[in-house]
Amino acid sequence: MSDPKIEGYNFKPGFKGMAADTGSDQTMFKGVHWGKAMMWIFLLSDTFIFSCFLISYMKGRGSTLVDWPNPSEVFALHVGGADVPLLLIAIMTFVLITSSGTMALAVKYGYERNRKMCGWLILATALGGLIFVGMQAFEWSKLIHEGVRPWENPFGAKQFGSFFFMITGFHGTHVSIGVIFLSIYAYKTFAGHYDEGKRGWFTTMKGDYVEIEILGLYWHFVDLVWVFIFAFFYLW
Amino acid sequence: MENTKKKEQPTTHKIGIYLWIWTLLFVLSFFSYMVDWFQFQGMLRWSLILTFMFLKAGLIMAFFMHLFWERYALVNVLLWPMTAIACFIFLMVAEFKYTAFSRLFYFVVGGV
Repeated sequence: MSDPKIEGYNFKPGFKGMAADTGSDQTMFKGVHWGKAMMWIFLLSDTFIFSCFLISYMKGRGSTLVDWPNPSEVFALHVGGADVPLLLIAIMTFVLITSSGTMALAVKYGYERNRKMCGWLILATALGGLIFVGMQAFEWSKLIHEGVRPWENPFGAKQFGSFFFMITGFHGTHVSIGVIFLSIYAYKTFAGHYDEGKRGWFTTMKGDYVEIEILGLYWHFVDLVWVFIFAFFYLW
Repeated sequence: MENTKKKEQPTTHKIGIYLWIWTLLFVLSFFSYMVDWFQFQGMLRWSLILTFMFLKAGLIMAFFMHLFWERYALVNVLLWPMTAIACFIFLMVAEFKYTAFSRLFYFVVGGV
């Protein structure tokens, strides 16, 4: 969020500020909670993992001479006697964006020390994540019934299955882990751990609403990755 | 981190900005779904997909993840490594074109 003031340090904006922050023989990320800096660095490494998956998918899809399955048809849902293309994926996208929005608001209300509102919004976020994972499980089982395997599928190029299960599976794992942590944090929020500064399980650090922002970073990242998967895997 | 310990209530942003970004994300997602719905093909399809994707990613990172309000020291540490990914993409584009070409070539010409 915005920077708490550090005594005796003169904050400068923009690139001059960056040069001053980096070259000041002190901590580099000034006014940034260490947990937040660490979460960002974790997310950076996670970005590289997902990039490697998507790039290998690009390489696999680009180098095969067999026709790639048309995602618009493969992921169509049969509704009311007609095939609606990508319907489930579109709903999943909207659910994830909704949960991202509730998370952003939870962070805001957390910093405003509105405990109840913050807790309910985290719960809503967790619910959105749960719905997303449920729909993904439905999608997986549907495709598996239709004969999609990591090594073959009835629609086209054989590589399709392995990329699909790997990429969406890894993303779904992230969502599931997110839901678990969201539930824990919802409990901690309702129990008032962040108001009282209660210490956590693995740390002597006092609880603070900045933890909600750190959790929020993770959750928004999951949404961010889905934006790329949606564009490259489902729409391309 | 001794000097960051000083407690001060971080200022929050107005709820309006979050609701705006939220709405924009919905609209952009709807547009990218429409790309598939109307079955645009070729360059039009790809450029639209990429445009909506980058807009959505930018909005999420800038406002939901607060990068717009962070110090440049943090923002730049996060964004510059992306150039490595861009390089990797360029390398692998060359690689898949070469692989596809040599497959096609040997399917036609036959093995040695």
